[in-house]
Order: sequence, then C-alpha cells, then structure tokens
Amino acid sequence: MTRFLTQRLFESVLLLAVMSFVVYGLIGLMPGDPIDILVMSNPELTDEDARRLKALLRLDEPIHARYLAWAGQALTGDFGYSRVHGQPVLTVLGPHLVRTLWLMGIAFVLAVAIAIPVGIIAALRPYSLTDYAVNFFTFAGISIPPFWLALLLIMLFSVQLEWLPAGGVPFRADAGWLDHARHLVLPVLTLTVLSVAGFTRYMRSDMMEALRQDYIRTAWAKGLPQHRVVLNHALRNALIPLVTVIALDFGTLFSGALITETMFAYPGMGKLIYDAIMGNDYNLALVGLLFATLLILVGNLLADLAYGWLDPRISYR
Amino acid sequence: MRRLRQFIFILVAAVAAVAGAPRAEAAKDELVIGITQFPANFNPLIEAMLAKSYILAMATRPITSFDKDWALVCLLCTTLPTIENGLAEIEDLPPDHEGPYKKGVALTVSLHPEARWGDGTPVTSADVVFTWEVGRHPQSGVGNVEGFRRILRIDVQDDKTFTLHVDRLTFDYNSLNGLWLLPAHLEREAFRDPIEYRNRTTFDTDTTNPGLYFGPYRITAVESGSHVVLEPNPTWYGPKPHFKRIVVRAITNTAALEANLRSGAIDYVAGELGLTLDQALAFEKRNRAAFTFLYKAGLVYEHIDLNLDNPILKDRRVRQALLYGIDRETLVAQLFAGRQPVAHSSVNPLDWVVADDIPKYAHDPARAKALLDAAGWSRIEGGVRHNGQGERLALTLMTTAGNRARELVQQVLQSQWRKLGIDVRVRNEPARVFFGQTVSQRRFPAMAMFAWISSPESVPRTTLHSTMIPTQENNFAGQNYTGFKNAQVDALIDQIEVELDRAKRKQLWAELQRIYATELPALPLFFRANPYILPSWLKGVEPTGHQFPSTLRVEAWRAAP
Repeated sequence: MTRFLTQRLFESVLLLAVMSFVVYGLIGLMPGDPIDILVMSNPELTDEDARRLKALLRLDEPIHARYLAWAGQALTGDFGYSRVHGQPVLTVLGPHLVRTLWLMGIAFVLAVAIAIPVGIIAALRPYSLTDYAVNFFTFAGISIPPFWLALLLIMLFSVQLEWLPAGGVPFRADAGWLDHARHLVLPVLTLTVLSVAGFTRYMRSDMMEALRQDYIRTAWAKGLPQHRVVLNHALRNALIPLVTVIALDFGTLFSGALITETMFAYPGMGKLIYDAIMGNDYNLALVGLLFATLLILVGNLLADLAYGWLDPRISYR
Repeated sequence: MRRLRQFIFILVAAVAAVAGAPRAEAAKDELVIGITQFPANFNPLIEAMLAKSYILAMATRPITSFDKDWALVCLLCTTLPTIENGLAEIEDLPPDHEGPYKKGVALTVSLHPEARWGDGTPVTSADVVFTWEVGRHPQSGVGNVEGFRRILRIDVQDDKTFTLHVDRLTFDYNSLNGLWLLPAHLEREAFRDPIEYRNRTTFDTDTTNPGLYFGPYRITAVESGSHVVLEPNPTWYGPKPHFKRIVVRAITNTAALEANLRSGAIDYVAGELGLTLDQALAFEKRNRAAFTFLYKAGLVYEHIDLNLDNPILKDRRVRQALLYGIDRETLVAQLFAGRQPVAHSSVNPLDWVVADDIPKYAHDPARAKALLDAAGWSRIEGGVRHNGQGERLALTLMTTAGNRARELVQQVLQSQWRKLGIDVRVRNEPARVFFGQTVSQRRFPAMAMFAWISSPESVPRTTLHSTMIPTQENNFAGQNYTGFKNAQVDALIDQIEVELDRAKRKQLWAELQRIYATELPALPLFFRANPYILPSWLKGVEPTGHQFPSTLRVEAWRAAP
C-alpha cells in the first residue's frame, strides 16, 4: 500500500511538472500578448511604451526562459504575481477555489446521493413505469446543455416564480448562511442535474448486471431480506464501475463548473482561469490549471483506493 | 425503501425551505447596476479597462473631462486654464529639448478647495506631483506614460495650486483627462520600489481603504469576480449623492444579464458595458413597459479597413465602388432599428469638427458598376468580374468570429457585393487572433471589419499618418493598418494638432475628412450605439456618447418617488 501511494505520488508530481510546461507553452503560443491587445484598445500607447511594458513583464524573453524562471520560483513556494490582478497568485486564487469547491462538492455529493438510490430503484424494477420515468429524466439530463439548463432555471425560479436569486453571491455585509445557501441553489442544481443523469444510468446498468450474478441468486435462495441482498451483496460490486466513472467525471464536473459559474455570475475558479487564459495572465492561469489537474489526480487516487475497499480481492502493488 | 423515501422527502423539504425564504425587496435608496466585465485591478493608472473606469468614476475624478455636451470641463479643478483667462501661458521650450515642438505651455491649476480624500486628508498639489512621478516612471507599470512624459516640470504654488509645464502647445493643451490622482499619503510607501509598485499599490492590496477616494461614493466592499459595493463618501465636496448604496455586479454572459434584469436581481444595465444592441432591441420589444430604454450612438466607429497593398484595392475606383455598392441606410434600419447612424468618415456627427460637405456614398449600384468597369473589371464570367488579365475580382472579408452583429453585417455586405460581381469570401477569426496578429501585423489580405474607439476631436495620427504603418522593421508599431500614405493628410494632421484657432482648425478638419471620404482607406459603416436599460424610477442618467463613462455624473442620479 505504502509503495503504491509513493509511486502514485511520484507520478502525480511528474505529471504536474509536465502539465505546467505544456500549459505555459500553450498559453505562450496564443497570438498576441497582453501588451499587443493593450495597444489595440489604446491608440495613444506609443511603441516605446509597449516595448517598456513588455520588458517589465518579461514578455520580450523567450517562452522557455520565462518558464524556467517561474519554475525556479515555484520550487521555493513562490508562484509569482498575477499580472492582471497585481496580487500574489495564491491570494487571488484562494477565495475562488474555496467557492468552486463548495459548488462542486455540494453538487457532487448530491449527485451521488441521488443517483445511487434512483439507479437501484430503476434496476430493481426494470422496464416498469418507474424505470421508464427514471430513463426519461436521465436522458433529458444528459441531453440538456448546461448553459441552456442554467437559463431555464433562472427564468423559472428567478423571473417567473421569484423564489431564488439568479446566482451570484450576496452583496450585503450582514448576509447570513441562508442567503448564501439561496444563491447556491440554482448553480448547484444545474451541476447536479448534469452529473446525476449519467451516474444514474451507470448505477442502473451496473446494478442490473450485478443482480443477474450467481451469488445474488444464492443470496435470494438463502432467504436473505431484500435490503441485505441489494445493499450488502449487489451494491458493493455494482459500485466499482461507477467509482471509475465518478473519478473520470471529476474533470467534466470542473468544466461544467466553468459554464455554470459564467451563467450564474458565480465568482469561482473556472471563470477566473478562463479570464486568466484570455488575458495572458500566465502565472494565474498556470497555477489555476495545475490546481484543476491536482483535483482530478486526487479524484483518481481516491477511486483507486475505493476499489480496494469495495473489493478486497484488489491489491495494491 | 422507507428510509429512501424519507431521505428524498427531507431533501425536497430543505430545498423548498431555502427557496421559500422571503426575497429582500431592493429599496429605492439602493441601486444595483449590471455590467459584463469585472475590473481586474483598481489602480487608475495601471492598465486601462472600461469596467474599472466605470466604477472608479463614482469614487474619484480626473482633473478635467468632457461633459455630456462634449465640452471640456473641470471636475477636480476650479477653473479650466485657457490662454484667454491667463491660466495657460505659452512658453519657449529649453534649447536642449528634443522633439518636433518649439513652444510649450504652462498651465496653472487650482484644485477644489474642499477636495479631501475619504480619510480626511486634503487632496493637494503633493498628490499631483506624486502621481506625475509614478506616471512617468518607466518601471511603475503605468500603461500610458506619454501624457505624463509630456509634463516637463511641476511648480507647486501652494497646497492647492500648481503649474504644469508641458512640452508642446497643441489645441487640446488644457485637457487633463488622464490625470487621475493617486493619494500620496497612502501610495508613497508602495512606490518605494517602483518595479514592485503594480503589485503593492493600495488600490489592490486594500481596495476599501477610504483614503483612496474623494468622489461622491467610495468602494466599501469588493467580491472579486462578482460585485463591488459603493457607499457615499462623507468628504465629497459636490452635491450629495442620492443612493445609500450602489452595487455594481459583473455578469459576463449577456443572456444571464438579461435574465437577472428581468428577475429584479439588478436594476439597471449600463450601456457602456451591457447588452449588445440587437439583444437590447429584442428585449425592448418584450419589456417596453417595464423599463426606460436609451440608445446613444457614440465614438465607436465601425468600419472596414482596406489593405492598400492589395493590388485590387490599390485602385481608388474599386474602393469607391465597394462603398457605392452597399446600402448602409437599409442595413442600419433593418439590423439595428435605425439606432446607429451611418458613418461618412471617421468623425462622429456629434463632434463639433464634423464636416457636412464631404463626398457621401448613397447606395448606387449603377455607379458602382460603372466604376468597376472603368477600373478594368468589366468582363463577367460565372457572375464574377474579371479584368483583362483574366484575374477574378475576389476579396477576403475578415472580422471577429462569434460577434453576431458583425457576422450579420458581413452576410448583408457579401450578398450586395455579389450582385456587383465581386466575389467576397468571409474568413473570420477569434478576436484574440484577429487583433493580436492579423490586424496588428497587417496580415489581412483585403478587408478587415472592426471598430475604433476614439475621443472627441481625436486626431487620427496613429491610424492615418504615414509614419504609423506597422512593419517588421518598426516592430509593428502604429495603427495605420491600411497602409495609407498621403502627404497632404500627414501635413493636415501635423497642422491640426497645433492649430489653436477653432475656426481654422475646423477648416483643416473638413479638408482631412474630404480626403478621407475621397480616398477611402477604410469603408465607413456606422457609429455604434450603446443601449442603456433603466428602471422607470431611475432619473439623471445621461449617456454621453464619448469614452468617459456616465458615472462621472453619478451624484446627479436619483430615484423618482
């Protein structure tokens, strides 16, 4: 186990190092740097000013030199300053990361909490009215684009019913947890719908597959009650493929968060990274994307550990 | 199964409880403005950004600015220095001074006697000197140093009065629009190491510090990426502002911005950074009764730059035929409900220097065809004109991909030119590539459609002067992307800049516009209009049409009873 974890940790660090170079290089390959864009929006900016600003931001150096300088600093724990925000990258990123983790975390927990029981119910009564209803809603959930769903929810709950704010965060200093929760309902709902549909489909098919196995037939034959057969014997085996899907879906959830954050004007990390890339804010975009990569790596590591817990036959080498 | 049902019931009940909580009704002493951009930083000198100017204009003021009638006025000064009132004096430049100008000007300016920063510290000449030091320092990270570099020296008369010695005498000698003061008492420490200034400025490390602002409002809360809260500044020297709180919310997606407006989450969508015109027109059809709609055409000049190195476009007759061949009046009427005035040159009709007696190109397909015939493009094969050498009259029209309004215009133009026998191929690129490379390095083969943002009486030196053509040799400096070279235009630009007599200057401007409209280095399309969508109770918002935001007069905004 220790060897497995050490190996995975080493692989993750290596992957992060490679990713940092790839991301830095890709941003550098985009045409025009921030000063070129500045020149376009400000006709009075002289060539001399543009050159001076490029030198100040080291944009006149080759991309590999800039990357090496950044990497050297990063090794000492200094991730540099955001060019656009004029603040240390971690200071800018911190609050946004926390908000995104809240959003993603709640949506993720809700999606799993809904998908597993609903998938089980559908699997237990295949081709029944309940199963058809679950299928209908899951296909609808898979097919709906997130931006459209977000708009639909805003129109329904904010414009027509006037029950919920159309996103954002409360701006009153005395806003309590209830106000914060109200602002989170629609973005969380959007992300949850996106994930729950796919998870439910997998849960249903994996559960149906598990229920067809010989050991389940044996369990029924032994006269075990339904909840023990389903929860203790079938579910545990059915969860292994779902865990894989959930781990892989972590990245999708992150990209879904970008769209959701944009539509609900929720100041999270997805939107921050997008703006940083568009604004050639190298340091911020890089560290933000590395965080995203790290989250996905952690998700995959947890999935690997979960396999062993779910099926003791799986061993770590 | 029963536990499952209980779980689902509890979940639904929790959501219903949260959803059903009473919605706070926005009081009329609070205004929530929706814009589509969030300012990345708050220092007024570092990196110009419209969202930042929009918000900062409520909390601080430049020394001068243009008013709603496009007249230069004092905002922080008491009297506009002019040669007539003696506060501006022409002076000789030092003999060793380099540059094209021989005369300079000394401007004596008095700051408003009651102007104080939000922490009670008076706004003084020391702040002016400090701002100049920061602004002209090559390592401070200030974007537009040029305005500061032109100031040779500042003589402080007293706490509130100072004299600026400027290295040139131009017609806009007394314009101090770019001079947004920094509070020396808070910023001096951050400027101790100039290269670190942009990372240490109090505007970003302590944005809600009251000492940073002296305007009618001050920033009291910032939620990065979401909103900025402003509350009245007790030290403001002007009329008392009405609102107890103004919240500026950034909602980058315009569909979401519209939904927020309809839901009441925001009260007002600012024209400067709000819905696009087509979205606003569609929104108006459905919500005419609930809001007040103001459309203000301004200084955003939508046009098509022509690459004059293209052998086809070198011929002036072809350029004129292109303009005669398109029906801009109908285009504007059909696509933009007539809200955007057709442009006849780069000068806005609201600008006092606009000339009426210049060539204008009403839709005239017959004349366009005649011009093309005369230019040698007379043989038509397969619906496309060819010249004597058998070359096709084919041109590429480029613009920013994803800009729906521009893409619609593009389709209309393409179809109208097609009727003349001109084969126009559309090739669009993301804005980043289009502006970052294609336009700025003159890589567009024939036509590039985009907009210029200027200011009142803005001299087109960077866009029309022959020394401003971007090339590899000059590291692509300058914005004369068409490659236009005209000695007469160069001379007119040089003369306009230093002509103080308004009547004479207007004549020079008229001549410049006449040449522009005759030579057509670019095809003028229209001046873009900004849609302002206000609640019916909000009064006093006056869109200006120029680049200075309407929030410079936020103290006049009121909620009608």
